[in-house]
Amino acid sequence: MTSTAPTDAEVPAEVHKGRKPPAQRRFSINPRQSGIYVAFGLIVVLFTVLTDGALLQPQNISNIIVQNSYVLILAIGMILIIIAGHIDLSAGSVVALTGAICAVLTVNMGVPWPLAVLITLVAGGVIGAWQGYWVAYFGIPAFIVTLAGMLVFRALTLTVLGNQGIGPFPDQIRTLSNGFVEGFLGNIGLGPLGGADLFTLLVGIAVVAGIAITQWRSRQGRIGYGQTVDPFPLFVLRIVAPAVVVLAVVVQLARFKNLPWVLVLLAALVLGYSLLTNRAVFGRRIYAVGGNLQAATLSGVKVKSVTFWIFVNMGVLAALAGVIFAGRLNQAGPTAGTAFELDAIAAAFIGGAAVQGGVGKVVGAITGGLIMAVINNGMSLIGAPSERVMLVKGLVLLAAVAYDVWTKKRAGSR
Amino acid sequence: MADDILRMRGITKTFPGVKALQDVALSVRRGEIHAICGENGAGKSTLMKVLSGVYPHGSYDGEITFDGEPCAFSGIHDSERRGIVIIHQELALCPQLSIAENLFLGNELAHRGLIDWNRTNHAAAELLERVGLRENPTTPVLDIGVGKQQLVEIAKALSKEVRLLILDEPTAALNDEDSAHLLDLLRELREQGITCVIISHKLNEIAAVADSITILRDGRTIETLDMVTDDVTEARIISGMVGRDLSDRFPPHEPNIGEEVLRIEDWTVHSPTQRGRVVVSGANLVLRRGEIVGLAGLMGAGRTELAMSVFGRSYGTDISGRVVKDGREIDVRTVRDAIRNGIAYVTEDRKRYGLNLIEDIKRNISAVGLSKLAKRGWVHENEEQRVAEDFRRSMNIKAPGVATTTGTLSGGNQQKVVLSKWIFTDPDVLILDEPTRGIDVGAKYEIYTIINKLADEGKAVLVISSELPELLGLCDRVYALSAGRITGEVDRADATQERLMHFMTKGQE
Repeated sequence: MTSTAPTDAEVPAEVHKGRKPPAQRRFSINPRQSGIYVAFGLIVVLFTVLTDGALLQPQNISNIIVQNSYVLILAIGMILIIIAGHIDLSAGSVVALTGAICAVLTVNMGVPWPLAVLITLVAGGVIGAWQGYWVAYFGIPAFIVTLAGMLVFRALTLTVLGNQGIGPFPDQIRTLSNGFVEGFLGNIGLGPLGGADLFTLLVGIAVVAGIAITQWRSRQGRIGYGQTVDPFPLFVLRIVAPAVVVLAVVVQLARFKNLPWVLVLLAALVLGYSLLTNRAVFGRRIYAVGGNLQAATLSGVKVKSVTFWIFVNMGVLAALAGVIFAGRLNQAGPTAGTAFELDAIAAAFIGGAAVQGGVGKVVGAITGGLIMAVINNGMSLIGAPSERVMLVKGLVLLAAVAYDVWTKKRAGSR
Repeated sequence: MADDILRMRGITKTFPGVKALQDVALSVRRGEIHAICGENGAGKSTLMKVLSGVYPHGSYDGEITFDGEPCAFSGIHDSERRGIVIIHQELALCPQLSIAENLFLGNELAHRGLIDWNRTNHAAAELLERVGLRENPTTPVLDIGVGKQQLVEIAKALSKEVRLLILDEPTAALNDEDSAHLLDLLRELREQGITCVIISHKLNEIAAVADSITILRDGRTIETLDMVTDDVTEARIISGMVGRDLSDRFPPHEPNIGEEVLRIEDWTVHSPTQRGRVVVSGANLVLRRGEIVGLAGLMGAGRTELAMSVFGRSYGTDISGRVVKDGREIDVRTVRDAIRNGIAYVTEDRKRYGLNLIEDIKRNISAVGLSKLAKRGWVHENEEQRVAEDFRRSMNIKAPGVATTTGTLSGGNQQKVVLSKWIFTDPDVLILDEPTRGIDVGAKYEIYTIINKLADEGKAVLVISSELPELLGLCDRVYALSAGRITGEVDRADATQERLMHFMTKGQE
């Protein structure tokens, strides 16, 4: 410990008993952050009404997840890059190139699928390292480097594929993209809802229990440190709200086929990257670099190394998305992934990232991606033409960032 | 009262939860230089924003009369049309554009939509003449120094037929020579009938140039003094600003100096931008435990450059020399090396180099010493919160909590956050670059107390400051730097401003 931090600064006696110090309520509901979740809820309600409930049908929920998983995976990588104050325009081309690599390895060369996937991920990492080098160590703006990458990697895709699609993929890769976890325990009846997979339901309950336990432990930890915590009703709400959402989704999925593998993968990624950004030293460094580059440099942060590694990370995640996308289509094609980077960037900004960097959350980016997914899906369910879908998505992006700027202005108007 | 060009009466401005101005009155006589003093947060800038229409009529209570007519400005354009021009602390010039282009930006001398460059440059030359700036109007603004840029801003105001010129901290970024020139210019403008309102922390400047002075505190007018008829002293102004008699601006301190902890030998640094230019030349410094050492020098003498080059080569190229810590030569090639060797550097520009302004107090404090709060790469957040709370209390950081964004804090509190960040790394040597710049009088005293406390804990503190009284009041020993060379070393006992200035100006051919 430091020598100037006082020894007399022990926690006041009253808080040892777990009581809140007065006059200090922590308002943890922040309109700028929670606005996105509220908006998501409203959009879901809107399209549920418009589609007469078709949006929330078991098969449709499953479709939304499976159809958008690769954009959501890209959004995770993208939000880290945007927090650091950069951008990646090449993600779509990297998806195409890595899908092609995976196809050549498995289909043309007969490499066993686990090894092929591993090699593809490494290839994605190398691509990321290439871009990270130019951005971090050579000092070229990421906008330029990745714009070049967008062209270069698309060109390499065409070269690798010889201008034609390669497929079909091995079953295991297709299962990863399209398939469902097996029901180990059979079905049980859910009364009017019909039969549902027991194993899936148990997983859902385990997840809810996990949420409750972590929230409770974190609350206990904070109380133990004499910190103010949310009032109890709010605390309960923070557990109940996600629990209801998780259970609702899981029940619907259990009634359909089961948990899609990509959902399991996605859940693991969201959890892992949320922990990384919130709790890990490396995650903090990303925010520091994006928040004030000079201050981070003078604080001993290895700025270049942080920048380099988030691009490597982006490359690996893009490769993962590439494998899943190719597996889903059962073919690696030359136009795969076109404009995916724009969806991922839009997801990040709808999810509350700031253009200047330093701000953003993984869960926010995922929510932003889901907002777009629901709009896409809901509008196609009601038979809206694609140009109208595009129009709405564009306006939503603008509105989301406008809201962000507006709240910031209001907060800073002094 | 016909000689009042400006009268503001009963100005009250509230922000959600805060009364920034309460029944403020300000009267400025025609053709005078009127100073406004107050601690940071006293409401000076808010008052000027009300006056210039940044806060439009209707968003505040009270009335403004300019030149006998009531004013209801709905924006800055309205006030400029009436001849009220405000020059902000952060200059609003486009660095890539020429002086002339900047002068007529938004006000171009055009004929049928096309700019008349001959007329523009000619008119610009005349304006530059008026402010005594000998530069070619076609020179890009980025090629002239801050002092000259300030003059360009004033020339720009003159081009708008200014009648009331408001200057917010005009000399904060200027060296003594440029400041003196600027003050002379203000006197000349007074001769030409232009009224000036000047906001400044530098009381000696106010004493030198102002005709009257209005003191604000906590959003209220305390008093307006006439520099001639009232008996105005710096102490009187300060007591008005802080609401108490500051009998001593520096806390008493009995030094307890131990053995040598850091020695810099034959330190030479070259400029990274201008090839071959030597910025620091063969400097030798010694710091001892428990000692507060000052580093004096005029602007451009190489003080910050010396400090930053030692701190992990954050400045300069082609650096040579030795850094000896506790009798052993150390390698400080990177900032991390410097931190590992117990060296901390608190920057002179906390907003640009010291803080992540969009992040909260807690995460700023933990930014450097994060590894002390982490296990296997994972941050212990409760521990982080506790440490931050400890610092908030011990450093008296005035904020609702440690989750407050640092961008919303006042300068003094921001500085305390930066200091906390470095103290948390438990350094042996602290280099404090202009630690009280832009900080109000009350907070300065607190910073001095913290510095004394650090020394009492056996740390060596190197203070870089442009304010000689501060160095004399605080330091046990002062080095003077001139044109990159250490030209003198003075002990507290025989240090005077004159003596230091003698060394600081020595050897400048």
